[in-house]
Amino acid sequence: MSGKKTGTIVKVAGPVVIAEGMLGSRMYDVVRVSKYNLIGEIVELKGDTASIQVYEDTISVGPGEPVVDTGAPLSVELGPGLIESIYDGIQRPLDTLYKAQGDHILRGSQLPGLSREKKWHLKPVIKNGIEVAGGDIIGEVQETPILLHKIMIPPNISGKIEGLKEGDYTVEQNIATVTAGDGQKHEIKMMQKWPVRMGRTVKQRLAPDSILQTGQRVIDTFFPIAKGGTACVPGPFGSGKTVIQHQLAKWVDADVVVYVGCGERGNEMTDVLMEFPELKDPRSGQPLMKRSVLIANTSDMPVAAREASVYTGITIAEYFRDMGYTVALMADSTSRWAEAMREISTRLEEMPAEEGYPAYLAARIASFYERAGRIECLGKPQRQAYLSIIGAVSPPGGDLSDSVVQATLHVVKVFWSLMGKLAYQRHFPTIDWLTSYSFYKQYLPSCFKDKEKGQEMVQLTQEAMGLLEQESQLAEIVRLVGSEAISPTDRMVLQTSKSIREDYLHQNAFHEVDTYTSMEKQYEMLKTILHFHKKGLEAIENDVDTEEIFKLAICQDIARAKFVPEEQIETISKIKDKIDKEFKAQLSGAKNA
Amino acid sequence: MLKEYRTVTSISGPLMLVESVDGGRYGEIVDIEIGDGSIRHGQILQVDRDKVLVQVFEGTEGIDINSATVRILGRPQQLAVSPDILGRVFTGIGEPKDGGGEIIAEKRLNINGNPINPYSRDYPNEFIQTGISTIDGLNPLVRGQKLPIFSGSGLPHDELTAQIARQATVLGKGEQFAVVFAAMGITFEAAQFFINDLRDTGAIERAVMFVNLANDPAIERIATPRVALTAAEYLAFDKDMHVLVILNDMTNYCEALRQISAARKEVPGRRGYPGYLYTDLATIYERAGRIKNKKGSITMVPVLTMPEDDKTHPVPDLTGYITEGQIILSRSLNRKAIAPPVDVLPSLSRLKDKGIGKDKTREDHADLYNQLYAAYARGKECQELATILGEAALSNEDKKYMTYTNEFEKLYISQGYHENRTIEQTLNLGWQLLSVFEDTELKRIRVEFLKKYMPKFRK
Repeated sequence: MSGKKTGTIVKVAGPVVIAEGMLGSRMYDVVRVSKYNLIGEIVELKGDTASIQVYEDTISVGPGEPVVDTGAPLSVELGPGLIESIYDGIQRPLDTLYKAQGDHILRGSQLPGLSREKKWHLKPVIKNGIEVAGGDIIGEVQETPILLHKIMIPPNISGKIEGLKEGDYTVEQNIATVTAGDGQKHEIKMMQKWPVRMGRTVKQRLAPDSILQTGQRVIDTFFPIAKGGTACVPGPFGSGKTVIQHQLAKWVDADVVVYVGCGERGNEMTDVLMEFPELKDPRSGQPLMKRSVLIANTSDMPVAAREASVYTGITIAEYFRDMGYTVALMADSTSRWAEAMREISTRLEEMPAEEGYPAYLAARIASFYERAGRIECLGKPQRQAYLSIIGAVSPPGGDLSDSVVQATLHVVKVFWSLMGKLAYQRHFPTIDWLTSYSFYKQYLPSCFKDKEKGQEMVQLTQEAMGLLEQESQLAEIVRLVGSEAISPTDRMVLQTSKSIREDYLHQNAFHEVDTYTSMEKQYEMLKTILHFHKKGLEAIENDVDTEEIFKLAICQDIARAKFVPEEQIETISKIKDKIDKEFKAQLSGAKNA
Repeated sequence: MLKEYRTVTSISGPLMLVESVDGGRYGEIVDIEIGDGSIRHGQILQVDRDKVLVQVFEGTEGIDINSATVRILGRPQQLAVSPDILGRVFTGIGEPKDGGGEIIAEKRLNINGNPINPYSRDYPNEFIQTGISTIDGLNPLVRGQKLPIFSGSGLPHDELTAQIARQATVLGKGEQFAVVFAAMGITFEAAQFFINDLRDTGAIERAVMFVNLANDPAIERIATPRVALTAAEYLAFDKDMHVLVILNDMTNYCEALRQISAARKEVPGRRGYPGYLYTDLATIYERAGRIKNKKGSITMVPVLTMPEDDKTHPVPDLTGYITEGQIILSRSLNRKAIAPPVDVLPSLSRLKDKGIGKDKTREDHADLYNQLYAAYARGKECQELATILGEAALSNEDKKYMTYTNEFEKLYISQGYHENRTIEQTLNLGWQLLSVFEDTELKRIRVEFLKKYMPKFRK
């Protein structure tokens, strides 16, 4: 058995297996369970018995069967070949699995995360003979047309590098040798392994400094997320969490996107798989798949692997961050992850805290989100990088007092609150403008080249938000006394707020133009709506009837501004002139009357 | 040689503990021979050294510790399948119930199935015409989708599911079609209504039924949806059929699951349901779908009754998180004799966008339903306002929305259980209803469609 420890199963209860004779095994070691060779992880040790959470279905497993300790913690393989992959929760490639096993996932397969056959062309970026240390970039591989994969020295290795030369290598071949000061030699390969439950090393953490643009108006304008920031999207079912996550994965201005489908619908992952190769990134013009890594552990796949899937995702994301890239990770949904924790915890007969969740739930959630951030990477050349996390939460009945929501809100800086009521009105995205918040608004001006424009945008958003707040108060009054009873100025406020809601915040993810709006276009659109408001108020001062103002033909142009393609942005700024013109005509008409 | 044990040491609720067992394995099934010679079936829930915990499907009534003999069969629960299952009626665990003799098995399948590899899934995008406007027009069903009906006690979900089963067709195609019906704890009357309806239309020849009635053993229900889906998978992916699976009623299934969980003294989640209810339901619902390079498909319509019409009750709540939308029935519409009483606003089909549009239904479909929805939502708000302030306080515009809403309910939603509308009829009806508004009000519809379609409907 080549020194590998082997124990014997004594108990099986769903995904938890208890084995004897495991003395000397370490916590979180990966084990192979039973004759089916199922993958598991040690989660509890008592004397010589170990509790194991098994990542695959344990049906037909019984006492007496063997458990073999692999002696290593659950790790992911990091190297060229990650991009465009689709993995399950423990980094088994689903496409290769499909070719090997067919439509359904069978148990006990042992496919490696990275292809062993494929050769990658490596171009060194440093010279042999120099001293290198952990994190140093030594070579580059053009993994996809838009992603240059940087080959780094694994952390904890340093010394003089020899034997590095350009050529085609598989991920397992030696590409160089590093000789440490004490004479110890390390073979360097393109592939590294890293335990998923441990954050990758960084030189230092920094505060965020800019906005992660998403092309979604309600997000970018009102509740932006910073590069390296964290956001959470809780909402009841049917409120569009997944559409928002998909929209972000499509349009976010990151170099690499890691999408973790954690315990969600199979068809949604299929949707991503079919759409991403077709859709083009608005910045590079290349298919979105060329910058994406997908982790799909759907709800019918084993629950323990679901627990691991978010860690697998974040570790891959950190690896790309360490190259100096801007990375965004979407996790849909962290509630399913928490439920997986709860299920394992129950089977381990741990003492439950609220709603049956384990007492360490909040700590686990917090430490997961803490792996996001703006950082200075380890090694040379000096570089900064960002990792943002956007987690969906699916609270039971949409109730925000749910433990997972509350634990998440403690740590995240952006909260997009989704409302079922807006979904009924088919107002999408259903992000509620009154209860959502973002702590990153101060970085908004960084989105514009023109500093003044940036400052102006901040003012515009404040003005628009002020109107929406006024609307919510006025709506109460209107409900009590009817709309006839309020002043013309207030009626104008209601009209403009309606315009902000319908013409600006409402965004159709399935419309070819409306699905993405650049920052410049957002600025123009919002400015136009507020310009109309200003003109309307002026007209009211001059005793123009509000009904006349609301009937102006220009309202149509404002409403359809969102459908104006990005290349024709100037048509939107021209609407302002048309507004002036129509109001002038209107005003003179009123005075004549 | 099968091993037999007479070492039952305790029986509690539906559970039975057997000791000194050799070769008990998790999830496998056992036969239990009781004092009077009859056989019951059970499944191993947990093995701890030589102790085996068994859940007994038919219940433990009449079993005594001394005379019960447990036979370890050493295999998971299986269903014998062959094309002959069509037209047959089985019990909730897949044994013939119609006196028609055993099925000569083409193969035996593990009822638990295996998860579908997400990579091998094909995206559901073929529109199914159900002939019901509220579904076709507003919440289109597509092949491979799972779209539940959230109902309540006393609401006509049986009529609606029967109508869907009767009328569902895919436009312009003549393919093999089958219905798999799983009854879990419903009344004899409800099951018979469905069977008669299938018989009247001749669809019974293409149907397979698994029936666990309200007076059948409750624990058996845990196997019923899995057995039914195993049959459906066989028909769809081995025999290239398009299968519609109706699971009625999932609330009863969940209650059976809760019963087992309570008997095992597990830490309960919300309302006493086990913490793993989501995962358990997912292993059922996710078996719907389409698979690449396979002709057949499984479309699922689970029915569940919401206790006290509460959508946040764990069963509808968790179902909604797994299924691709929901059709909700409304008690107030039912009172107004609107049939089928589909509550349009909270109903949703998540897969609609891929199944409709040009070459599938019609180019204007998406814009049209968005507009119909938005206008109906506004009209409903006005109705509320009118109840508080009186109709006189409404503006003219609001009144227009109110009228639209009433017409919408009367013409669009209410069509009865026997009218089969084509998608063209449904779409045109939508335009006709919207024609009371000015073009400028119809912001959700693209100008080109307004120009193309609206003039035909303006008076």
